Amino acid sequence: MAIAFSVNGKPVSVEVDADTPLLWALRDDLGLTGTKFGCGIAACGACSVHVDGNLTRSCSVPVSEVAGKAVTTIEGLKSADGVLHKVQQAWIDAQVPQCGYCQSGQIMAAVALIEQVGTPSDAQIDEAMTNICRCGTYPRIRKAILAATGAAAQTGDA
Amino acid sequence: MADNPNPDLDLPETAAPAPKPKKKGIKRRIFLAGSALVVGGGIFGVWWTDSSAKAKGNALIGGEGRQAFGSVMTIAEDDTVTVFSPHIDFGQGSHTALAQMLADELDADWNKVAIEQAPADLAFANASLAKGFLPTMAGETLAGLIPDAVIGMMARSMPLMITGGSSAIRFTGEIAMRRTGAAVRAALIAEAADRLGVPESELTTADSKVIHAATGKSLRYGELAAGAAERSLSSDPVLKTREQWKLIGTGVPRRDIPAKVDGSAVYGIDFTLPEMRVATIAAAPVRGGTLESVDEAPALAVKGVEKVIKLPDAVVVIGKGYWPATKGLQALSPKFSDGGHAAVSTPAIYAAQAKLMAGGKPDNEAGEGDVDGAFKAAGAKLVEAEYRVPFLHHAMMEPFALTGHFKDGKLTIWGGLQDPLSTRARAAKAIGLGIDDVVFNTMIMGGGFGRRFPDIVEIIDQIALVAKEVPYPVKLVWSREEEVRHGSYRPQSSAKLSASLKDGAITAMRIDYAQSGNAEGEVPFIYKLPATSRRHFAYQSNQIDGPWRSVNATQLGFYTESFMDELALAAGEDPYQFRRKHLPEGSRHLKVLDEVAKRAGWGTPLPEGVGRGIAIVESFDTIVAEVVEATLKEDGSPKVVRAFAVVDCGTTVNPLNAEAQIAGGLIMGLSSAIGEAVTLDKGAVVESNYTDYPILKLADAPPAVDVHFADSGAKTGGIGEPGLPPATPALANALASLTGKRIRNLPILTQAKA
Repeated sequence: MAIAFSVNGKPVSVEVDADTPLLWALRDDLGLTGTKFGCGIAACGACSVHVDGNLTRSCSVPVSEVAGKAVTTIEGLKSADGVLHKVQQAWIDAQVPQCGYCQSGQIMAAVALIEQVGTPSDAQIDEAMTNICRCGTYPRIRKAILAATGAAAQTGDA
Repeated sequence: MADNPNPDLDLPETAAPAPKPKKKGIKRRIFLAGSALVVGGGIFGVWWTDSSAKAKGNALIGGEGRQAFGSVMTIAEDDTVTVFSPHIDFGQGSHTALAQMLADELDADWNKVAIEQAPADLAFANASLAKGFLPTMAGETLAGLIPDAVIGMMARSMPLMITGGSSAIRFTGEIAMRRTGAAVRAALIAEAADRLGVPESELTTADSKVIHAATGKSLRYGELAAGAAERSLSSDPVLKTREQWKLIGTGVPRRDIPAKVDGSAVYGIDFTLPEMRVATIAAAPVRGGTLESVDEAPALAVKGVEKVIKLPDAVVVIGKGYWPATKGLQALSPKFSDGGHAAVSTPAIYAAQAKLMAGGKPDNEAGEGDVDGAFKAAGAKLVEAEYRVPFLHHAMMEPFALTGHFKDGKLTIWGGLQDPLSTRARAAKAIGLGIDDVVFNTMIMGGGFGRRFPDIVEIIDQIALVAKEVPYPVKLVWSREEEVRHGSYRPQSSAKLSASLKDGAITAMRIDYAQSGNAEGEVPFIYKLPATSRRHFAYQSNQIDGPWRSVNATQLGFYTESFMDELALAAGEDPYQFRRKHLPEGSRHLKVLDEVAKRAGWGTPLPEGVGRGIAIVESFDTIVAEVVEATLKEDGSPKVVRAFAVVDCGTTVNPLNAEAQIAGGLIMGLSSAIGEAVTLDKGAVVESNYTDYPILKLADAPPAVDVHFADSGAKTGGIGEPGLPPATPALANALASLTGKRIRNLPILTQAKA
């Protein structure tokens, strides 16, 4: 069946089974591979996207549930003229990624957090940033989130 | 391939056929890096004049308007210098650091330096890696006698394009990158001297230009490259002194990061081709088991499923995408044998290891002095402790994925693995091809931590076998469950440590440990004691044990550094001071230990409910001491609130990246210590995903890691791995100081709870 929704502001339609997770519709059918497969059970957050502005782990949401909704992926964070989102820029400035595989999801989670609370506290970052990073980039993730919101890291190095 | 003395790449148990020595050769046989390759010696001039490999390498990377040098770099007419790394970069930042080393010696304009992965061709087999590992394996003196060309030949015959052992910077960087940069710089100066008609001594270099200060004339590298490429490169160029470095030692931003924040980086799992299908797989739950039977019909009934393939130990479903393939696989009820391993379990392995050690017949023994005599000496206080650590999974974030296309008798593979050349060899062997009939294209990798060494990567065989069965390109993707249950784990290991104390000092120490691999020669014992004994008892389960970030230094570091605290307690001394007095006066180790104690404020009062622990481990020629401050959460699991690391890796090439490597290693060490374990029941892995194999999350990681580099200028050490080993014992020691309870079995979980 054809399921229609929008991705990064553009209308799309995919011909897949209704139970196909949004993740695989994005990756295999729409060719948007910036959203990553990590665990398939919403445990790691590598597949995080925004659905109507809400942070969503796309591996565990059937594409049929996003019919008619607006999906934003990592590819859609830049402005129309190609300027990086302030969170993406903060990620470069703080040199956050190592292997980089989880970072699309981390950035989507950070953007959602900032859109929700403005300038998050350390405690809010702890609570919201539950995506797994095996390289252990967490200190720099925290630093980048604080930098993106104009708050200096309260805790020093790395 | 003509320049490969060992074309089928089936690593031989005996001597590879070495070309005839032109002069008196070195008759000794040398074991290299434990990979069972033994090479005879011969004298062949030097590396640069090993012409066939050089010509092939240059042909592969050179081209219209760009000149190649030493199979390592090119210079284009517009001055762009491209550095080709034989190492893959799976997040450790070595590509940028390697290019920094070459560009510094070359005096290249850093803004015009590009970095690429060297093609997976024998011409790029990494001679510096062979040379770097030789002293470890053969001893410094013997290694120094091996001419470079022979080492290059050895590298190609292994074949050696491995990334691992924290080797990129300390071997490839120091040996190939710096020397190439300096030699090419010298050739560019010689070319400029001829063109300008001035002596070389009057010329200087800067920002990709050769400059004649007296006349103000200068020539760009891009203008000089064609002429310079015709000149022979010095095999022993003059290298810069530390004081002359401009790029080495600076934290230039990594070149790979921008593509990793906007979704544009293409990892192996992201690769696609027209007409490509996606496959997924279920292998025998018990490693060593085989596929007995499977009814394919339920999978074929799933919409989008195209084919079911039976492998000797697995079943594969191919579909139009990952989801239909997964649904098809889930519809199947394959029957697998247990390979006779049904009795294997985690407790059974610990029991077997304890029995082995109690038997007292080690497979390897090292150390010095009379340990037994010291233990029995009058007035000696004997302290003993037993430790156990579980199998650990790498848990790289990108599950294994390789794309294969078999066409006209040739197989092309795309994906990310630690050694492109042996990937080709393994794939070729799996389906009976010659290595020249397999092409491998290295993609960006979502982590690795030791998991991507082709020797232990069964998906290479799987993609070769599957691709050969179908006319279209196919991407084989492992589910996370497959990934967790079919790992090549850090070995489950047991140890018994004993030591005698007299007058507050250790008089002798014995470390008995049972596990698959022998750690002697890999993990140095750093304390200076009158007598030591390290005994390895070889135990192999049905699992494939693989290198896990920092390899044996993880468990050996945990054993030794936990035990040092136990001994300090028995001696009634402070753990930091107790370590001090067993480290040589004036040693690098002592400096590193003192520095971390100073930075962490060792001995200063702590808030209520916080404990402090210290540990120091040397691995891959780098010494790291760490202090952590830990508390217990309500559920009784530990949380590190502050962390400090002091590192002596000789020279820090890129401090900004090195800091991230050390902090990341420390956090991975804490993660494994707190919650990670792969356990076995009836021969099969129990855990299946991140739910039951928990990775530390941001909220439970230290908010910051204070990393300090105490560059001693000693031999350059590794940076990707050495940050990990001290973290686990430092945490266990912090918890013991907080609760009085000594953790001897990992993971910690809630063991520290009162």
